[in-house]
Amino acid sequence: MIKVNGIDIEADGTIFAGKSVAEYLSTTNYDCKRIAVERNGDIVPKAKYGETLLAEGDSLEVVSFVGGG
Amino acid sequence: MENDKLVLGGHEFNSRFILGSGKYSLKLIEAAVQYAGAEIITCAVRRANTKEHENILDYIPKSATLLPNTSGARNADEAVRIARLARELGCGDFVKIEIMRDSKYLLPDNYETIKATEILAKEGFVVLPYMHADLNVARDLVNAGAAAVMPLAAPIGSNRGLSAKDFIQILIDEIELPIIVDAGIGKPSQACEAMEMGAAAVMANTALATAGDLPRMAAAFKSAIEAGRNAYLSGMGRVLVRGAAASDPLTGFLRD
Repeated sequence: MIKVNGIDIEADGTIFAGKSVAEYLSTTNYDCKRIAVERNGDIVPKAKYGETLLAEGDSLEVVSFVGGG
Repeated sequence: MENDKLVLGGHEFNSRFILGSGKYSLKLIEAAVQYAGAEIITCAVRRANTKEHENILDYIPKSATLLPNTSGARNADEAVRIARLARELGCGDFVKIEIMRDSKYLLPDNYETIKATEILAKEGFVVLPYMHADLNVARDLVNAGAAAVMPLAAPIGSNRGLSAKDFIQILIDEIELPIIVDAGIGKPSQACEAMEMGAAAVMANTALATAGDLPRMAAAFKSAIEAGRNAYLSGMGRVLVRGAAASDPLTGFLRD
């Protein structure tokens, strides 16, 4: 199981283990210019999306700015 | 007056109105920023949504400084994590530390705020800590490397005004850093009063978000904050405890 924002992205049988963060993001509608990614508590810099490989048990957070005080 | 700049972490600002962007339509942000004349806009960091393609950054002028907050953080570690993610989003080094343990009154956790301030200041952030007005805590925040201190006027979102007035005045009088009055300011007269007291800036969000005409209220706050600042810089006239003092000549009356 690999979780992104608390949701199992392999629930439909797609396997992301071994694929890069960039490959995962390309399957989504995230606007890559407007997000930051954290993998198991550590930030994945944009420049490293391609070389950072996902592994079984990973937990990712994908965040962006929203309105707030 | 032209040289009256607000300086935060070496950055200079002409406007002393820090505008929140929460709880109203993204489409209103542009007008709010314009009417407020704001140069610093706060925002929050949340899990990204793949369904909505509108992003707040599309509505904020490029010239504005973004001030992400750490709302949602319950302790220093969570605040540090959110601040780092905010910086990774690529809109600068400013961060407003907001740490709450209490979900009923949304009061800031002063102790955890000091810890987070120390860590983030060392990492090069311009740290603006939201806090409960307490002189000892404010001094600790100065020592921890804060760029300003942001005491709450009243509980967040309450629009109740300067409930903590006496304690904010103590911070203004004793702390060298800019004191930015944050949270609870409900109307322009209260923002004006905070500025008359010597606050360096005022932050408002709910007062505008819950107003009938948001851009017009933004303009009202802008005027009030400028008026209060000018009054403070002028030096207030004195107050007579008793009696009166004529403002007209006491000679030349039309009588014998």
